[in-house]
Amino acid sequence: MKKLSSTLSNMVLSLGVITIVAASLLAWVHDVTQEPIAEAVKQKQIDAIKAVAPEFTNNPVADKWEHTPEGMSEPFVVFPAYDGGRFCGAAVEGYSLNGFSGRVGVMYGFDADGNVTGYEVLQHSETPGLGAKMQEWFRMDAGKRSVIDRNPGSDAMYVAKDGGAIDGITAATISSRAFLETLRNCYSVFEAYKSDYLNSKDNE
Amino acid sequence: MNKLRIIYNGLVAENPTFVLLLGMCPTLGTTGSAMTGMSMGLATMGVLICSNMAISAIKNLVPDRVRIPAYIVVIATFVTLLQMFMQAYLPALNESLGIFIPLIVVNCILLGRAEAYASKHSVADSLMDGVGIGLGFTVALTLLGSVRELLGTGTVFGARLFPEAFGSLVFVLAPGAFIALGFLIALINYIRKRSC
Repeated sequence: MKKLSSTLSNMVLSLGVITIVAASLLAWVHDVTQEPIAEAVKQKQIDAIKAVAPEFTNNPVADKWEHTPEGMSEPFVVFPAYDGGRFCGAAVEGYSLNGFSGRVGVMYGFDADGNVTGYEVLQHSETPGLGAKMQEWFRMDAGKRSVIDRNPGSDAMYVAKDGGAIDGITAATISSRAFLETLRNCYSVFEAYKSDYLNSKDNE
Repeated sequence: MNKLRIIYNGLVAENPTFVLLLGMCPTLGTTGSAMTGMSMGLATMGVLICSNMAISAIKNLVPDRVRIPAYIVVIATFVTLLQMFMQAYLPALNESLGIFIPLIVVNCILLGRAEAYASKHSVADSLMDGVGIGLGFTVALTLLGSVRELLGTGTVFGARLFPEAFGSLVFVLAPGAFIALGFLIALINYIRKRSC
C-alpha cells in the first residue's frame, strides 16, 4: 500500500482515528483496572495498620477519624484499634512537608497509653543511603535511636542536636527532624482523638 | 535480514545504553539496585515491543508531516496502559520505579526506534528490533544496577557479598551512576575493539 500523502484532510483523519482508538483502549483498561487499583491501595493501608497498631478485632478503616493539626493543611487520619470493644490504641497516618526532598508520609502505631508500638514510612523521596534509612533507623536498638516503646507525652521527641531524646540519622538531620515532627503531630492527633471522641462515648 | 541478526544488533552492535547512549535519564535514575534496574529495563522493553509493532502496522496510514505526534500518541497509550496494569497488579514495583514509568513516554529510545526502524520495516522485523533493543537496555540497566548495588552496599539482587560497612555511599547516589556508567562504557568499548 502506498503511504498517505500529507494533505490536510488526510492528516486530520489519520490523527483523529489514532487518538480515538487510543482513548477508547485507555478507557476500557481504566475500567478493568480501577477496582484492583483501589483494592491494592486499601490493602497497603490495612497492611500498614496491622504492622504498627496493637492487635484489633474491629475494622479500623471503617472507624477512621480525621483531624488537622495546627499549621497543616491536610488532615491526619486516626485508625482506632478496638479489641472486643475495648480501646487498645490506634494507627495514625500523618505527614511532614519539611523532608529533605519534600513530603514524608509516616504511619505510627500507639497503644492506649500513647506509647509508640511501631511505625511504617509510607512515602518519601529522601536521599538513598541517608534520609531513606528512616524506615530502619528509628527502630534500631542502638544508643537513643529507637522511638519504639517511647511515649511522646513524656519524652522530648526531638533530635539530640535540638535538645531532644532521640539520636537522629547520621548526616540526615533534616530527614530526622521531619520524621520526628510527624511523630509529634501524630501523637497530638492521637491525644485529640482520645479526649474528644472517647469522652463523648463515655457520656452517651 | 536474518531475524536473530536483528536481535544481536540491538543487544550488542547498537546497544542503546553503551553504544547509542540513548535513554540516559532512567539509566541513571533507576539503577540504584540490580532489581529496580532490571524491572525498568523490562518495562521499557514491553512498551518498546508494543509500540514498534503498532507503529510498523500503521506506518502507511500516517502522513509524513504528522508522524511524530502520531507516534507519541501510540507510545503514550502503551505507557499509560502499562502503568495502570502495574498499579493494579504490581503496586510495590510501581512504587519503587515511581515517576520513571510515566517518563518512558519521553524516553528517546522509543521514539528513536519508531522513527529509525519501525516506520521503515515490516511488523515482524520491528518486533525483533523491539526485543533486541529492549534486551540490550535491560542487560545494560541490570549490569549497571548490579555494579552500583555491589560497590554501594555490598549486595547484588539483595544477596550479600561483603559487609555493608565496606560499601561506598557515592555509588548509590547520582555521581556514582555517572562514574560506574563511564567505566562500563570504557570496558565495553575495549572488548568490542579487541573482538573486531
